[in-house]
Amino acid sequence: MNKQYIFVWEPSTSKDRPVYNTFVKLINEKALTDSFEVVRSPFIGFTTDGPIARVMPDGVIYTKFTAGDVDAIISAHQNGKRLDKFVLSYDNKFLPIKEKDPTSKQFKIVLRNIGYLDPESIDEYIMRGGYKALEKALFAMDPDKVIADMKASGLRGRGGAGFPTGLKWELTRKEKNDEKYVICNADEGDPGAYMDRSVLEGDPHSVIEGMIIGGFAVGCNRGFIYIRAEYPLAIERLEKALKSAREYGLLGNNILGSNFSFDIELRWGAGAFVCGEETALIASIEGKRGNPRPRPPFPSVSGLWGKPTFINNVETWANVPAIIERGGAWFGSIGTEKSKGTKVFAVTGKVANPGLVEVPMGTTIREIVYDICGGIQFNKKFKAVQTGGPSGGVIPEKYLDMPIDYESLQSIGSIMGSGGLIVMDEDDCMVDVNKFYLQFSVDESCGKCSPCRIGGKQILELLEKISKGNGELEDITKIRSISIAMQKASLCALGQTTPNPVISALTYFEDEYMEHITDKKCLTGKCRDLVEYTIIAEKCIGCGLCAIRCPVKCISGEKRKPYVIDQKQCIKCGECYNVCKFDAVKRGQGGKHVYNKNDRKNDKNKNKRKRL
Amino acid sequence: MIKIKINGKDYEVDSGMTILEAARLAHIKIPTLCKHDDLPATASCGICVVKAKGNRKLLRACCTYVEPNMDITTHDGELYQVRKNVLDLILSSHPFACLTCLRNGDCELQTLSEEFGIRSRPYKEMLQDIPKDTSTKAIVLDPIKCIHCGRCVEVCQNIQKVYALEFLDRGFESRIAPAGDISLSDSPCIKCGQCSAHCPVGALVEYSEIPKVWDALGNPDVYPIVQIAPAVRVAIGEAFGLPSGTILTKKLYALFRRLGFKAVFDTNFGADLTIMEEGTELIERIKTGKGAMPLITSCCPAWVDFLEKYYPDLIEHFSTAKSPHEMVGALAKTYYAQKAGIDPSKMFVVSVMPCTAKKYEVSRTDDMSSSGFQDVDVSITTRELVRMIKSSGIKMLELDDEEADSILGTYTGAGTIFGATGGVMEAAIRTAYFLLTNKSLGNVNVDVVRGLTGVKSGVIDADGTKIRVAVAHGTGNVRAVMDELRAAKNAGTPMPYDFIEVMACEGGCIAGGGQPYRVTNAVRKTRTEGIYKDDTQSKFRQSHENPDVQKLYKDFLEKPLSHKAHKLLHNHYIARPIYYK
Repeated sequence: MNKQYIFVWEPSTSKDRPVYNTFVKLINEKALTDSFEVVRSPFIGFTTDGPIARVMPDGVIYTKFTAGDVDAIISAHQNGKRLDKFVLSYDNKFLPIKEKDPTSKQFKIVLRNIGYLDPESIDEYIMRGGYKALEKALFAMDPDKVIADMKASGLRGRGGAGFPTGLKWELTRKEKNDEKYVICNADEGDPGAYMDRSVLEGDPHSVIEGMIIGGFAVGCNRGFIYIRAEYPLAIERLEKALKSAREYGLLGNNILGSNFSFDIELRWGAGAFVCGEETALIASIEGKRGNPRPRPPFPSVSGLWGKPTFINNVETWANVPAIIERGGAWFGSIGTEKSKGTKVFAVTGKVANPGLVEVPMGTTIREIVYDICGGIQFNKKFKAVQTGGPSGGVIPEKYLDMPIDYESLQSIGSIMGSGGLIVMDEDDCMVDVNKFYLQFSVDESCGKCSPCRIGGKQILELLEKISKGNGELEDITKIRSISIAMQKASLCALGQTTPNPVISALTYFEDEYMEHITDKKCLTGKCRDLVEYTIIAEKCIGCGLCAIRCPVKCISGEKRKPYVIDQKQCIKCGECYNVCKFDAVKRGQGGKHVYNKNDRKNDKNKNKRKRL
Repeated sequence: MIKIKINGKDYEVDSGMTILEAARLAHIKIPTLCKHDDLPATASCGICVVKAKGNRKLLRACCTYVEPNMDITTHDGELYQVRKNVLDLILSSHPFACLTCLRNGDCELQTLSEEFGIRSRPYKEMLQDIPKDTSTKAIVLDPIKCIHCGRCVEVCQNIQKVYALEFLDRGFESRIAPAGDISLSDSPCIKCGQCSAHCPVGALVEYSEIPKVWDALGNPDVYPIVQIAPAVRVAIGEAFGLPSGTILTKKLYALFRRLGFKAVFDTNFGADLTIMEEGTELIERIKTGKGAMPLITSCCPAWVDFLEKYYPDLIEHFSTAKSPHEMVGALAKTYYAQKAGIDPSKMFVVSVMPCTAKKYEVSRTDDMSSSGFQDVDVSITTRELVRMIKSSGIKMLELDDEEADSILGTYTGAGTIFGATGGVMEAAIRTAYFLLTNKSLGNVNVDVVRGLTGVKSGVIDADGTKIRVAVAHGTGNVRAVMDELRAAKNAGTPMPYDFIEVMACEGGCIAGGGQPYRVTNAVRKTRTEGIYKDDTQSKFRQSHENPDVQKLYKDFLEKPLSHKAHKLLHNHYIARPIYYK
């Protein structure tokens, strides 16, 4: 029987890794080391609190088990079976495919190794063909050829803006300076995005190899990986990877006997989202406050410590070895006309199978959401997806079949972003979602430039007003004016893109905003000030379930008689509405703002009076 | 030179120019708020955005350099709207308290609002709730008014290199404060006031003492005395529409009498006296070899604070001579009180200074009460005097010239040049030369110490005695010289200089933290020219020639560095922590 690999992931809260240790202990005790090997795996993106174990090559995935169940799992696999109780999936659905697989819409370049190797072992990376591209670049190519290949590949920055990578390298190479730097931006911070984390945890060597090739092409000897300190496992693995790369002579002086020398240092970010902006990132590495500065000069001219610097994000770097190994033309054959290669998305939200997917550019959102991720949870209705995180916009149902690339997303008011893709269903309220994103951007604004510092806060304030039922029609005008100031006059991309979610929601879901403003209605019940929960006496059988579930205990009554909700104490959580099996709880409009068909008219008149 | 287009017209400009500067050649003043011509752009406000053909995004004119064939549009409907929207946002987080603000009528945000015709406030007022910091009694930080232009941080950290002010927190909560969120008095702040001189609004201002002065002027039991610093006379005219550098000494004397001051003295007299004391100290140290060399001047209180905090190991190099206005204060309450027969307890000495640190100096140590009373009761800035003049209604410029009161009012050209960088050095050289050689200099101009270069050095030959001098201004530049001294001292190698003049502000007192706003190097130059013009116009140009100084030594002090002089005119220094907490 072939050796089986057990990939174990545990949440960072379980620091002593009980499950992993139990696996190792039991396999040692049972003297099964010949048939099983336990590997600490990267986070693969299932929404779960507990550990995840994946047994390869069977591809069985276990969740919701504890250390106590490990023995049973081992025994089952020892006998070629599986322990059905904890199985999430066993059909290899989430596992990488080497080439475009006709049975799947995925295409893995960046994620090529993830799950197939022990990320802490450089040997396994090399066995899977790692560092071959570096060898090729060093000995079979020269820097100009590497850059030419990169340009031919058509690879564009995967951090969000989509600047052609080869061109960026060429610009930095052209700068005449003894000292140049290469930086890997691993300061991933979009809500719901974990692409970079997965790559760094699952395949750190691919990024390191990419950076060495980049350093060789541009002619610099020092690299930095700016990684957020909230990724302790990624940091640990990177440190190990750097150490073993140095031991193997892949970093340091005279790499592989060539006359090229290069080394990489880690720099920890302290959690500021804006430090993902390249000039803020550079300031942070320099030990300054992480504030962006105006561009030009671009970092390729004057970057880290005033020297020419080129920055790419993790996903971009992970693409580099594959491009060099197989040639720019091969990469250029994948994807659409202007957007080449693949893109990794972290699909989260109301989708049946959330997780990391890698698809060729040009794949439609429908293919990602329905074909790969199994459609909307609980068969609810699709509402929209948000790409680009807090900098992007919503994409409504009508664009489900639009092929994704940089230009098409921009044309409909969103952006590619770094790859977060959040799926929303009919229960999500646009005003509420926008409030969430605005709150994020307001919290993460560095405070340097006025449009972003004040504008974001003002838009958030207006959204809160609207969600409380106090919105006026002119608030929309105000939001648009503020957005113009922010988009046009903010210093960096964070401020320039902060209004995007709201503006795109106003484009595609204006009616929903209007309902909030003129009708004082929130159909999803997410805007709590606009809803009221009441119990319909005729339908209530007095089971008392709602009273038990109510977190603030504001529902009272006698068994078998209709219950009553105390409106003063109700926090509008909707729990009673969800648990009632007899549809006896009614979600109605908030008591304060009773819908009146004259409302809209009154609102208009009010504005008119103001204008006079 | 490169070719660019501005609003469709062709221009040839230097390639190192920003769009803002290039537009000025095209007779266009692009609206700005955070940019100060004296400082590098902080690029924070977003008002100065312009369009350049081919650029998807708007560019900030203040910090974008022109490129060949750039096609720039500086104004159109869209740009107006963007700028106005940004201004609306800034105004929504700035209190509408103009009527009670110290900057009322001289506020850059107010001016911009006026230019943009702001007539309403579309957005909800959102202010930060942070208390005022008045702990230093010299500079007031009112973060609620701050528009986050970043000028103060720029000047405090990169020009002055004091590192007292910093941005704390992030986003909407970000604010200006000393690092660690402590009070200014516990911070490294040296009270130089450059932050307040560059602040566009009322967020950083001097601690106003005007009410105390009016109280004294209205009280019949008080004998109010005033003195003005050298730099005030060449800058105050700017506030009344006169060109920078206009000398208004005699108008000011007349004004003070109209305001109700009973005696009008001049700090320049004190400057002459400082030269006698400090010059003699220098000669003594050179001749006897006693006392640490080089000698460093100590008439700048911000510099005193800086050295006490950052270079306490060099305190022994400090001249013990007090600053000129403190000397005048001490003598007013002793010598003048005696001569005029006035009870010094009733005297109220007001110093009009180009400086905010002088407010701190008047009660710095017990030595500042050598007369038995606080020698100088109140120090006000040039800007405060302007406000007093305006509120009094006196048309200063229409007054006839008057002279200062004698015995503490006469001054020489050497005294007046104290106001500019290199001036103290030059005045000292003129007298030291005389003290060493018993001869007067033929040409009293010492060009090597003049000008706006950050650190100036040279060798003065006084009949064979070579004095190696250095002049540094702006504490950022001073650090280099002090580091040099410290290194030599620690290594035991010979000291590189014999005499060093330091002024905390760039350009010296003429561009002090209490001077009229909008200082640039061009303004520094014209104010300095005014100072040197006052020098050349003077009857006497060397301190030892001042007849009132000579009389003072004869009648009262005996000789420089006498016991009495030591008691009244000298002080000592203490090492202070950079952070008190």
